[in-house]
Amino acid sequence: MAEFWATYVWPTVVIVAAIVAILVPLLLSVAYLTYAERKVIGAMQMRKGPNVVGPFGLLQPIADGLKLLTKETIIPSGANKVMFLIAPMFTFSLSLVAWAVMPFGAGLVLADINVGILYLFAISSLGVYGIIMAGWASNSRYAFFGALRAAAQMVSYEVSMGFVIITVLVFVGSLRLTDIVLAQENLWFAIPLFPMFIIFFVSTLAETNRAPFDLPEAEAELVAGYNVEYSSMTFALFFLGEYANMILMCAMTVVLFLGGWLPPLDVAPLNWIPGPVWFALKVAAVLFVFLWVRATFPRYRYDQLMRLGWKVFLPLSLAGVAVYSGALVALGWVP
Amino acid sequence: MIIANLAFYLFASVTVAAAVMVICARNPVHSVLFLVLAFFNSAGLFVLMGAEFLAMILIVVYVGAVAVLFLFVVMMLDINFVALREGFLQYLPTGGLIGLILLAELVLVIGGWSIEAEIAVPASAPIPAPAELSNTEALGGVLYTRYAYLFQAAGVILLIAMVGSIVLTHRVRPGVRKQRISRQISRTREEAVELKKVSPGEGA
Repeated sequence: MAEFWATYVWPTVVIVAAIVAILVPLLLSVAYLTYAERKVIGAMQMRKGPNVVGPFGLLQPIADGLKLLTKETIIPSGANKVMFLIAPMFTFSLSLVAWAVMPFGAGLVLADINVGILYLFAISSLGVYGIIMAGWASNSRYAFFGALRAAAQMVSYEVSMGFVIITVLVFVGSLRLTDIVLAQENLWFAIPLFPMFIIFFVSTLAETNRAPFDLPEAEAELVAGYNVEYSSMTFALFFLGEYANMILMCAMTVVLFLGGWLPPLDVAPLNWIPGPVWFALKVAAVLFVFLWVRATFPRYRYDQLMRLGWKVFLPLSLAGVAVYSGALVALGWVP
Repeated sequence: MIIANLAFYLFASVTVAAAVMVICARNPVHSVLFLVLAFFNSAGLFVLMGAEFLAMILIVVYVGAVAVLFLFVVMMLDINFVALREGFLQYLPTGGLIGLILLAELVLVIGGWSIEAEIAVPASAPIPAPAELSNTEALGGVLYTRYAYLFQAAGVILLIAMVGSIVLTHRVRPGVRKQRISRQISRTREEAVELKKVSPGEGA
């Protein structure tokens, strides 16, 4: 009996506790990311942003959440009911599942699997399904067009993201996320791989359907894209999933290029700060750029978006793979 | 060990059930989604076997890209699948024959392997112990050295297929106005704007 406890029950308890310890801060940051977005864009447009609910409007996300919870869930009569309800759940759970492999600090990772980066890439490529299922199950023109656009866009930009990841992996020699971070102890990959860093960042914008690539939900032409027919909690799940995905993509950028939990310089006052704090700060900085971009750039036209993905980023990132790995072989620095 | 076994039976039974549903579902979109479920659970089976690289690649390539294209096609084409299904008995002999041949080949390969393991040895490269080498490294080592030419040939075949399908379907339509970004950017102020002095009462 004692053995049963030691081999099955105790590890389960530990894993569940770890999951809770990851998910609660994550969901809180998702809630406050929506607040930060409105405040940052407000400041950039010389408005105040939310400032009524609570001090400085800090309770606004909670009020929004309550509002969405108490609204009525409307299922269109022409919709495919099962798929219509599965789609938001799928999107939301995918955006949480990916965090299982994220290293928050030295040894602070739920599952340090040796194909970590591939796992993240696989999960992000699955995100398309939630959107296509939503668009198709809604049985509505606007939703379907939005879903098709989103799917085409996400599949296109994944290709160049894959090549950028390959370049980073050539420098690291391992698919494990912890190894990728530790390989940046002396120099963050953002510096030698600067062009790839930019390509990756722009691709993550497109992958998360954010401005200026938010064509799937272009409100001027498609009403709201794939989630037109969704209301209350089903909509909230899409919304939460989308923002959790944004944080995930930023965390991926931080792990691949900005040295994960490592301090910028390994000197006295900087390395007193614990790793997870550095990680959170870096993710917040990248997220700020996401919001900044949204406030700054106008929306792309759809054919320009496809051109950028296939005719500009794909050749550039492919050339990057060849050039960087060629340079590594020539200099004999292959790990 | 019990948990690994339970997981195996879960993944295996879901894979088989989903595969059956692929051919039984009335709605073609549901069929494709069941196919995705089958892929996904096969990836789980790969993980259980310790082939985590293959599992992830299966998800990235088949679930993330190939099945999405399937889904696109199935959603966009307005085919009456009920009418297609009426010819079921007509196709049964051919389909059954192909199934039988595949089954016989599987039995030959796996049967041969389990009866006399040495038969398979000349065909396959020596496998290093999993403890020394992660399977990503092992696969890369074999693919890019021993099978480099075959690997390249597979790539070339896919490239030719892609070029072929583009050549077959691409139509050059006359009179389409295209945006040429290089030309737009290389325009200078001199050729784009012209300032004219208009004296009052005379017009341009």
